[in-house]
Amino acid sequence: MNASIEQAAAKGAIVTPAVSVEIEGVNLSYGDNHVLKDVGLSIRPGEFFAFLGPSGCGKTTLLRLIAGFNQADTGRVTIGGRDISGLPPWKRDVGMVFQSYALWPHMSVRRNVAFGLEERGVKRSEIDRRVDVALGLVGLSHLADRRPSQLSGGQQQRVAVARTVVVEPKVLLLDEPLSNLDAKMRVQVRRELRELQQRLGLTTIFVTHDQEEANTICDRIAVMNDGVVQQVGTPMELYEKPANLFVANFLGTANILDGRIAPDGRHFELDGGILIAAGRDVPPGSKLVFRPQHAILAAADAKGEGVAMPCAVTGREFLGASVRYLVTIGTTPVAIDVPFQSGSDLIKIGAQASVRIPERSLLWLSS
Amino acid sequence: MTAVPAPAATPASPGRIAATPGQIALALAIAAFLAMFLVLPVATVIYVAFTEKGTSSFTLVNFYDFFRTELFMRSLWNSFYVSAMSVVWASVFALPLAYLTTRFAFRGAAIVQTLGFLPLIMPPFVGAVAMQLFFGRNGSINLLLDDYFGFKIDFMEGLNGVIFVQSVHYFPFILINLSAALRNIDRAMEEAAQNLGSSGFRLFRRIVFPLAMPGYLAGASLVFVKVFDDLATPLLLNVKDMLAPQAYLRVTSIGIADPMGYVISVVLIVASVLAMWLSAQALKGRDYATTQRGGGGLARRKMSPGEAVLGYGVVFLILALVLAPHLGLLLLSFATIWSFSPLPDGFTLAHYGRVFGESSIYIKNTLIYATIAGGIDVALGVAIAYLVLRTKLIGREWLDWMATAALAIPGVVLGIGYLRTFYGVTLPDGTPLASLWIIIVLALAIRRLPYALRACYAALQQISVSLEEAAENLGATKSRTVRRVVVPLMAGGILAGFVTSFSTAAVELSATLMLVQSNSDAPLAYGLYVFMQSAAGRGPGAALGVIAVLLVAVCTFLSHLVIERSQKAKGMDH
Repeated sequence: MNASIEQAAAKGAIVTPAVSVEIEGVNLSYGDNHVLKDVGLSIRPGEFFAFLGPSGCGKTTLLRLIAGFNQADTGRVTIGGRDISGLPPWKRDVGMVFQSYALWPHMSVRRNVAFGLEERGVKRSEIDRRVDVALGLVGLSHLADRRPSQLSGGQQQRVAVARTVVVEPKVLLLDEPLSNLDAKMRVQVRRELRELQQRLGLTTIFVTHDQEEANTICDRIAVMNDGVVQQVGTPMELYEKPANLFVANFLGTANILDGRIAPDGRHFELDGGILIAAGRDVPPGSKLVFRPQHAILAAADAKGEGVAMPCAVTGREFLGASVRYLVTIGTTPVAIDVPFQSGSDLIKIGAQASVRIPERSLLWLSS
Repeated sequence: MTAVPAPAATPASPGRIAATPGQIALALAIAAFLAMFLVLPVATVIYVAFTEKGTSSFTLVNFYDFFRTELFMRSLWNSFYVSAMSVVWASVFALPLAYLTTRFAFRGAAIVQTLGFLPLIMPPFVGAVAMQLFFGRNGSINLLLDDYFGFKIDFMEGLNGVIFVQSVHYFPFILINLSAALRNIDRAMEEAAQNLGSSGFRLFRRIVFPLAMPGYLAGASLVFVKVFDDLATPLLLNVKDMLAPQAYLRVTSIGIADPMGYVISVVLIVASVLAMWLSAQALKGRDYATTQRGGGGLARRKMSPGEAVLGYGVVFLILALVLAPHLGLLLLSFATIWSFSPLPDGFTLAHYGRVFGESSIYIKNTLIYATIAGGIDVALGVAIAYLVLRTKLIGREWLDWMATAALAIPGVVLGIGYLRTFYGVTLPDGTPLASLWIIIVLALAIRRLPYALRACYAALQQISVSLEEAAENLGATKSRTVRRVVVPLMAGGILAGFVTSFSTAAVELSATLMLVQSNSDAPLAYGLYVFMQSAAGRGPGAALGVIAVLLVAVCTFLSHLVIERSQKAKGMDH
């Protein structure tokens, strides 16, 4: 696929000046169901951007709103500075790859890809040339005369992509494009998608519920929950500095310890009564959050830096590169990852130990 | 986006319009058509039934007269009796066929199911003549019985004849629905019961039968309504004291001003609405289609040799019975004279010669009428299905309900309604609208619309909306999307709807019997009816009947082939 992209790029076949996408104050309800709540996002030209969240969070609704299949109650969407809120889907010039691919079963691959150009009244010879380039781009030139039903899932997905990019849309929308592929194909196709996006320099929005997908290929991510944008940032920012409990929980594994600021104001009292020297001002109503790999599991009486909490080891899972210990602090179950080195001693289940967390790894978050 | 003093910030988007002007115009046009050719005629019938003759004042006296007249009460009772008994006998034919072919490893199950359809492609009154020849007082069976055993059985006398003909004709409705219901029962349902200790007849009574009940009821109510509304079969068997024939006779012999025909029409509508309502009530919340993914229907048991003999014997007997009308018709169409003998005296091609010579107008008319009616039906069907399933037009369901309501209107009622409504309307040259052949076509189209609509509906439901959204996303407008994506993908369903409309319209008589004004405008079914009235016409009539059956069968088969091929081409066969 690489070679064909380069050939196509060398021919200067698909040239789209990248544009920005602005979403401002968008609200959308279905009856009493408030699906999108005052959503505002700013997506930069040429960016690979993800809407990430659990099912029902409104991410697909927002994507379909950009494509014109949903209408907002309030707010507007601009593409490259132009307000498209009032335009019907066929005048928006945003290319969408559907989750089901939506390839027309009564047309061959070639006719599927040619469709958008035909609707734009492009000359036949030009259509043929551009369809050839697009199919070359996704490495499917040899299957042009097949019916969609004769292709594998991965091939269908590429046809869907070719069909969309061939019309040179201003923005590319991908609605969970990997969800219908098996695990191995998913990794391969997502790399191909990223590469294609980089070559075309196309502003791309990617909807997914899979944080790994979003983390691996996107420049920036908007984490959504319950119709609200929780946080926008690069994958690293979201992981290191989650804005709230939801983001911390949704990206990676997070241990959450409930408690309150102790009467003395200088300690945080966990639910089990354990006191932690907070060291700085803890925002009221927040909980203590840390990642499994940021904590150290040590003997009960071991000394060291950071805050220490007594715990009981209740279980153990071997993950390959590390061993995940399941421990309880007070009554709260917590996971601690310890790098695995062959020959090193494993801590016994049932043992008493202590969890030690460096102060810079402590997160104080509320919901 | 927070503190920006936006210009009258974020106005409600203009995108949320219910429908485009084109869609609204289309919906209004369909509504106008249905109002004109379905609602208005039926409303006229009801109006006349409740008004005093000659005036326009409301009265119940017509109904009082109806319930006071002994003939009408007897007709009402007879219609109920015949319909109920037809359901009973149709069940007797259908149950063994459905049960044996779905529950046992039965050789030729597919053939049995296909043959079971056959009666439907012939109008029931055509079968009636053939049945007279086999089962009548002096028919083949009774002649043989008399010769060997010295007695006769009154299969075809009076109401018995109607019941016999109707149950043989309409039992496929029960067979189809019941077989589908039996096939849709998840094997695990039965296995779970067996696992808990149930078997044999108890298992059937407690699990299988209740699960199949909705399918049976759906078929049975259809049979009841069809028999209740049928006009031609009793008339041809010379049974006049039933409701539909009475309505017809009142209007044709006393005139369209006589209120009794309209009162009877109202009673017919009430009865068929009631029957459908009852079955809908009984079916409510009982969608028992329980097959799950990877499930598969009930386990098919192998039959023991004894069971096999019994099973095949029963199936053979029933099939012989239901195929008798076709066989009789075929024999009759080639027979020189067939009277007081088990088989015809000799064979000839003369009847076909006569039919093609002087009666080819019937065939031509039928082809024209049924084609136009089928075309109207699929056009309306596609449009209504699209408006209901794909737009947010307010009141769009009403189009569906209106079109489907045609199911509850007996053909004879629609015929009477058309006569009354359109006779007063005259063209510039003075011909009444009701006497034009196009009125026959419209009546056929309205009668068959519900079937075509369901076919189009199902076809559109199978198309994922994202296929249309993808087209719009790539720049195709709504109407372009319909033309390039929706209609091509619906092609199979549209064709199926067309063929259903076409083939049933080709043999329909109830509505057209009223509306045919001259022989040159008459369709095949009418010609058949006229031929069959006289002994001399029976031969040519039978030939015409055979042609009708072949016509319908060939069309059905061809469309089946086309649909299968297109499905394969689209890769939708798996």
